Amino acid sequence: MAEMRMRDALREAMREEMLRDPDIFLMGEDIGAYGGSYAVTKGLLEEFGEERVRDTPIAESGIVGAGIGAAMGGMHPMVEMMTINFSFLALDQIVNSAAKLHHMSNGQISVPLVIRMASGGGSQLAATHSHSLEGLYAHFPGLKVVCPSNPADAKGLLKRAFRDQNTVIFIEHTANYSVKGEVPDDPDFLVEFGQANILREGSDVTIVGYSGSVHQAMRAATMLQEQEDLSAEVIDLRTLRPLDMETVINSVKKTNRCVIVEDDWKFGGFAGELSAQVMEQAFDYLDAPVARVSCKDVPLPYNRNLEFAALPSEEDVVEAVLAML
Amino acid sequence: MKSPTTAGAKPEQELGAEQLGMFLYQMMLMRRFEEKAGEMYTRGKVRGFLHLYTGQEACAVGAINALEEQDKVVTHYRDHGHALARGVDPNRIMAELFGRQDGVSGGRGGSMHLYDVEKGFLGGYAIVTAHLPLAVGLGLASQMKKQNAVIMCVFGDGSVGEGEFHEALNLSVLWKTPVVFFCENNLYGMGVPFHESLSTEIPKLAAAYNMPAVSVDGMDVLAVHRATRIAVDHCRAGNGPYFVEAMTYRYRGHSMADPELYRLKDEIEQYRKRDAIEKLKAYMAERGDLDEAKLAELGERVEHVVEQAVDFAEQSPNPPISTLMDHLYKETAGG
Ligand SMILES: Cc1ncc(C[n+]2csc(CCOP(=O)(O)OP(=O)(O)O)c2C)c(N)n1
Ligand SMILES: [Mg+2]
Repeated sequence: MAEMRMRDALREAMREEMLRDPDIFLMGEDIGAYGGSYAVTKGLLEEFGEERVRDTPIAESGIVGAGIGAAMGGMHPMVEMMTINFSFLALDQIVNSAAKLHHMSNGQISVPLVIRMASGGGSQLAATHSHSLEGLYAHFPGLKVVCPSNPADAKGLLKRAFRDQNTVIFIEHTANYSVKGEVPDDPDFLVEFGQANILREGSDVTIVGYSGSVHQAMRAATMLQEQEDLSAEVIDLRTLRPLDMETVINSVKKTNRCVIVEDDWKFGGFAGELSAQVMEQAFDYLDAPVARVSCKDVPLPYNRNLEFAALPSEEDVVEAVLAML
Repeated sequence: MKSPTTAGAKPEQELGAEQLGMFLYQMMLMRRFEEKAGEMYTRGKVRGFLHLYTGQEACAVGAINALEEQDKVVTHYRDHGHALARGVDPNRIMAELFGRQDGVSGGRGGSMHLYDVEKGFLGGYAIVTAHLPLAVGLGLASQMKKQNAVIMCVFGDGSVGEGEFHEALNLSVLWKTPVVFFCENNLYGMGVPFHESLSTEIPKLAAAYNMPAVSVDGMDVLAVHRATRIAVDHCRAGNGPYFVEAMTYRYRGHSMADPELYRLKDEIEQYRKRDAIEKLKAYMAERGDLDEAKLAELGERVEHVVEQAVDFAEQSPNPPISTLMDHLYKETAGG
């Protein structure tokens, strides 16, 4: 065990996996000499050389496509998209090639590829640079979608991603990069996909989050305990596809209330999917309609006050819980 | 049937009677196969989009026969000819057009998405240009794994307006990946003449990225073969990618749904006069490599193979509904 930030845990995961498997290599915009936009790949070029840590042109579709091709050819590449905002330029490759080739080729082709991208608002980067779209990628059958909230999970999940035979969309909330935590140093430490984590046990309400919103959920739980004497159970989904609904449903059966927190827009967001599944699977246990605490349906503005007003906060979560009692 | 490879031979070296005979056979097979596929579409046996290759046979036969066994092919959705040239079983191609269980893609892909990994045929791609970056990645894998495989990447003239075309060419040159970019310029992207959708000439685009590029007569199988052998040798020697434009023509509509309002019948007739199959026949006859009897025999063989393919497709069952969710994810040890 060692204490480290999430960005360092991610780098450790890549380092260890590259040492384990010679087929793994990294490519992306400014991941080499620059060290990565968020310093996640810092030092890897020096350690592994230009063949395995490749700086690419600014050509998202081209480099994701090349990653898919290399995966089809027997390698296990990681392509860094710099941020999720730029991954739209590669959306066709992700959706039409990576997600579908295994199925369309009747199982002949597989695309073992990890696509990492930073996501999330809250840094005053304005509307084009502040998306939280984990749920968008989770929409496509054939993809796996991973979104850790803390350093240990980040390491275990990223290592697990490199052992998968499918394309894994690995989304890192920028607010989490500097979060510190204890991280196992066992090179075989993996976190399985499709296993939600109960971060805090409680009996009055279930609060579900993923990626960045886990932290609002946790702070809200503390506030509820301290100010209202309410006991909230907090669940971190960790992966959206595969999705561990069982843990959520079991919790809702116990607490009879459910609040979902996410940074994505409410309209058509992933919380809608979660809430429908809770309704389908635990309707009789609910004492109140499922509540969604999401981003307001507006492009995120630059101005700090406006941006904060749009994003979900722990106060919003507390309010949603109190409204359902 | 194993495709005849001329790999290793000097590009300028003349082909022997046996190789020419194989080329002719493959071109005749494609022509007949496509006629039959069109007929099956009209009879409702084949559905969806069906893009026939008729007229362009010299391209696939010339280019794909320049490859060795370890090499790989990716192509666009007009892919039956390339699959046949690569030695993919005609029975299983026809079964795929029928959407049947024994189709090369198990009935999940259809005409536009044929895959036969064992033959190094890695697919028909129906999103225009999407497979060009894939070819660069396949080339990169070959390079990193020291497999010495060359990637033949086939696409139409319509690809050159897409951003991915430029991204792929640039990346391929930067990383010296062994990819032959083989552009079948049949003068139209659906109904738009290529000179109306491109402000320059196609080989100049490759040249702009410092990639060697040639333009050849795509109605002449020997010219295509010669050019692609040079290209393949160049790639295999580790010199990076190579671009070949083959000027060709499709006799049929863009797909079976095309009413062909954008061109005159006369234009098609002009190209038919330069038909690649007739040209090869004349060349072989002149050399004394083809007589009436041999031609008749080839015709019968082709007829037999195509009839058999239809029978095979007819008899193959539909994939069971219980397999609907198969192959969504590849199993991973431990989850
Ligand atoms: C990205 C994308 N845009 C549009 C289409 C629709 N489309 C299918 S084929 C085609 C024309 C392509 O022409 P070309 O590349 O010259 O190939 P050809 O059909 O002539 O062999 C178009 C526009 C598509 N499949 N993919
Ligand atoms: Mg065309």
